[in-house]
Amino acid sequence: MNKNIEIRVCAGPGGIAAGGFEVLEAFRKFVNEKGLMAEVIKEGCLHKVGCLGLCAKDVLVEIIVNGQKTTYQYIKPEMVERIVEEHLVKGIPVSEWLVTDDFHNFYKKQQKIALSLCGEIDPEDINSYISRRGYAATEMVLRQHSPQEVIEKIKKSGLRGRGGAGFPTGLKWEMARNVQGDEKYIICNADEGDPGAFMDRAVIEGKPHAVIEGMLIGGYAIGARKGYVYIRAEYPLAVERLKKAIEQARSKGYLGNNILGTDFSFDIKIKLGAGAFVCGEETALIASIEGKRGMPRAKPPFPVQKGLFGKPTVINNVETLANIPSIILNGADWFASFGTEKSRGTKVFALTGKVKNTGLIEVPLGISLREIIFDIGGGIEGDRKLKAVQTGGPSGGCIPAHMIDIPVDYESLARVGSIMGSGGMIVMDETVCMVNVAKYFLHFTQSESCGKCVPCRIGTKRLLEILERITSGRGKPEDMERLEKLSHDIKAASLCGLGQTAPNPVLSTLQYFRDEYEAHIFEKKCPAGVCKDLLTYTILEEFCKGCGMCMKVCPSGAIIGEKKKPHKIIPDICIKCGACFEVCKFKAIKKG
Amino acid sequence: MEERLQQIYRRFTEDEGNLISILQDIQEEFGYLPQEAIYWFSEKLDVPPATFFGIATFYAQFHLKPRGKNIVTVCSGTACHVRGSEKLINTAIKELNLSEDNDTTEDGLFTFEKVNCVGTCSFAPVVLINNKVFGKMTPDKLVKELKKVKGENE
Repeated sequence: MNKNIEIRVCAGPGGIAAGGFEVLEAFRKFVNEKGLMAEVIKEGCLHKVGCLGLCAKDVLVEIIVNGQKTTYQYIKPEMVERIVEEHLVKGIPVSEWLVTDDFHNFYKKQQKIALSLCGEIDPEDINSYISRRGYAATEMVLRQHSPQEVIEKIKKSGLRGRGGAGFPTGLKWEMARNVQGDEKYIICNADEGDPGAFMDRAVIEGKPHAVIEGMLIGGYAIGARKGYVYIRAEYPLAVERLKKAIEQARSKGYLGNNILGTDFSFDIKIKLGAGAFVCGEETALIASIEGKRGMPRAKPPFPVQKGLFGKPTVINNVETLANIPSIILNGADWFASFGTEKSRGTKVFALTGKVKNTGLIEVPLGISLREIIFDIGGGIEGDRKLKAVQTGGPSGGCIPAHMIDIPVDYESLARVGSIMGSGGMIVMDETVCMVNVAKYFLHFTQSESCGKCVPCRIGTKRLLEILERITSGRGKPEDMERLEKLSHDIKAASLCGLGQTAPNPVLSTLQYFRDEYEAHIFEKKCPAGVCKDLLTYTILEEFCKGCGMCMKVCPSGAIIGEKKKPHKIIPDICIKCGACFEVCKFKAIKKG
Repeated sequence: MEERLQQIYRRFTEDEGNLISILQDIQEEFGYLPQEAIYWFSEKLDVPPATFFGIATFYAQFHLKPRGKNIVTVCSGTACHVRGSEKLINTAIKELNLSEDNDTTEDGLFTFEKVNCVGTCSFAPVVLINNKVFGKMTPDKLVKELKKVKGENE
């Protein structure tokens, strides 16, 4: 047996939820039992990795024997013994557990830059990162580049902020560099607040050192000696891995005083967010790091002029920073060769909702939504009809199915009333009610509004009230017009990005799904069958076998009938909970 | 209590802390923010209690009331919402016998909360019980899990 074996177990956000750590433990156990450790599998070659991408098929396990990679899907701890026995000892992979074609299709159109190495290296081992050119960019910058050269390189690459607004990163750095000041700061914004987005979590959990490197290089470029990572407390594993990574980087001399023997000193501190969506906004985030209520203030002065503790401050998103080492190493032209003229490079998206292959993807900008949903995502779950794609979280909009051939870049998404945002991409099929979706987002922004400015605080509340009225069947004919006018007022008058974009979900659904609003208001019907108050449940006599299941689960005792004879729902008592609909095996209950 | 607060105070002075980190430390130590602790710090630092409460009520992370022994968190992120998290929320409230303004059970066994997104969207809808992730949750499965926790605590 002269084999060179590496085993990688996915322990990204999805992998862990599916039991990644238990699978890893099982591998350790059986590999030891078979006496394969040390001899066949060298130190560090049986390890966890960050997100492999296709979370829908977790736990994913990759086994590499003499350079030959085999991937297993849906692995559970009890399956491990057989894999060890057949694949590792006898050399024959367990064919029925291997990934299928859709796994390979999932990766075909992807291009990994921010996520490169994610899923290959052990995120808690700095040596694993260093062995794959980790910190080579730092060495190159500190030894060969002047700060100005770094800025020029990033400017030339065309990298734009991946947190949502898309401001050119190089330009931001240049502005901060040009401000006079004895002390400057660089902040990594890891307060990933958009519901439905988890790329920052995956990047930090999968390759934390790349983020550290990005901050270090940014700090060098603008002249900062100190960096802060503002990270959500809701991501405990990301916090833990980042802490570990910072300690390892310090012990290797990549952080601290006189890095690599140069006169550049830099260190990073972690600040835990305390759960406020508005803290994704730059000035609110700064207030929060200073220990105050996270409320935004008017700009200018911009943070690059007057930021943290009143000093010039650059704030970059996690994914933006994770791109930096690759740009430094491979060159600006290489990065700019991906994407479109105005949107260079790649973007990570969290592809979720009613799509078959849910997971984390990274694609060249300019790719069409159709390619993302159907080629990478494998189409809609249950082969139902696509209705819309929601991008940009609560600040974004819903793009209707007939527009899915538009390219995904900053400008095209803005043109159709959405935004790139941080990269949440939620696929919706015909079972989703668009008025309900608008209400969902307004509920979110209304409760997250910090309350400082009136248009946002009161405006979002009024928008939500109107939407609640419509979805409960009390909509008035003039409501659509009122929603539109109010939305435009809130956009124009709000202080910060939260309020300025909060009406987007309302405006985009009004524009593309007006018929659904009309059905709710005029016909008092919810076409998708979601809005509870507009539904009625009836039993179809011809299908009802009288089994009594519905009667048993009905919490309000609204169902009557004798055994083996068709049952009936009494509308006045029915609370429309849908329990009968879910439990009926004969499809005898009609919702509508 | 005095001693535990002193310790937090020491950490605060040594590690360039701020009011948020004090509150985070207090909560870590006591599980919630006891009023006495806030008044203690208010006096010690000569910062009005209102400033502390202003911060504590601004951020979702802070709790002014003691919390239950077991924490049940239903994710209400977008992916979970379109995959039916609302049903899970109703199920949890009903199963734990909670009212609108009371998120902790009378026996102190459970606290129920909603969270905006836990970043496990691929397994939507998601429920966390004591920080363990349960993906692709259904109301039936949730009831079963809650009963299991109840059984373990009897």
